[in-house]
Amino acid sequence: MSDATAALEQHGNDPFLQHHFSNQQQQADAGKIGMWLFLVTEILLFGGLFVGFAIMQSLHREAFMQAHHHLDRSLGFLNTLVLLSSSFTMVMAVDSARTNRRKRTAVWLILTLVFAGVFLGVKYVEYSHKFAEGLLPGNYYHHPGDTVPGQFMFFSFYFMMTGLHGIHILAGMAAIGWALRRSLRGDFSGKYYTPVDLVGLYWHLVDLIWIYLFPLLYLIR
Amino acid sequence: MSAPAQASEGKTYSKVLLALFALTVITVLAASVDFGSGNAVIALVIASVKASLVALFFMHLRHEKSMNAIIFVSGLLFLGVFLTLCVIDTDTRDVIRPANPPRVAAPARPR
Repeated sequence: MSDATAALEQHGNDPFLQHHFSNQQQQADAGKIGMWLFLVTEILLFGGLFVGFAIMQSLHREAFMQAHHHLDRSLGFLNTLVLLSSSFTMVMAVDSARTNRRKRTAVWLILTLVFAGVFLGVKYVEYSHKFAEGLLPGNYYHHPGDTVPGQFMFFSFYFMMTGLHGIHILAGMAAIGWALRRSLRGDFSGKYYTPVDLVGLYWHLVDLIWIYLFPLLYLIR
Repeated sequence: MSAPAQASEGKTYSKVLLALFALTVITVLAASVDFGSGNAVIALVIASVKASLVALFFMHLRHEKSMNAIIFVSGLLFLGVFLTLCVIDTDTRDVIRPANPPRVAAPARPR
């Protein structure tokens, strides 16, 4: 039997190797490059909001200063710790998958989902507090007793940025749920764990964006 | 995937998590002290250190093929171009002479 036939035989036996790749390594590398390209588009998507925030903040310093006092710094701090922890549990899930420990992979993924849920729960508390006080974006802003005008602008950015970030958390939770289902089904091994790896990359990017959102929104002075 | 297939990196990741926690505490503490315009710089520098830790360790960029890092960094570079040009524009509108000064009829000179 020639080498080519042998390779083909082996190829046919691996249900997780797409026919257009010659081996798992090549498939994993291609997947990762694709994921990184996608992450760059995500950075540029949020980048537009960051640039807009920087410009409006430099033009309306006083309004942004006053407005950010309405945010609860301790809740933002708590959520930062929660999200950093979720990144840790996510990377541990990838690590367990890589080292062939299937049960642990599932446990770490479940923990990541729990942290993501806590993050959204805290966000819900924050949002409902803002709604109740009339701290809303643009036209809907109706907070009584303001001394500095233009604070609605800060809340337009606040809700756009944290809202878009929250949507990414939801999408990430769906992706983690999918990885969890496949992991419970026993799809992953030390040889094939690209899906967990890529979901992890996405999750860390969501964390990365929050790392910048937290000081910009909660800590400016 | 240059890391050996079997060794777990759990200990490294735990240390990175602790460093990230510590930096978060530092950034909150630094924000409660008034450094004037230095506050924003400090906050962004700490955020960038945290982001680098996440990218290098959690996102495996330090082990990864350099192609992935090139893609990531070039994305950041373009974000930098975007931000810099926008800020240069809006921050200098008052100091740069208007390109098209309003045409006002010159007042008649007294003799």
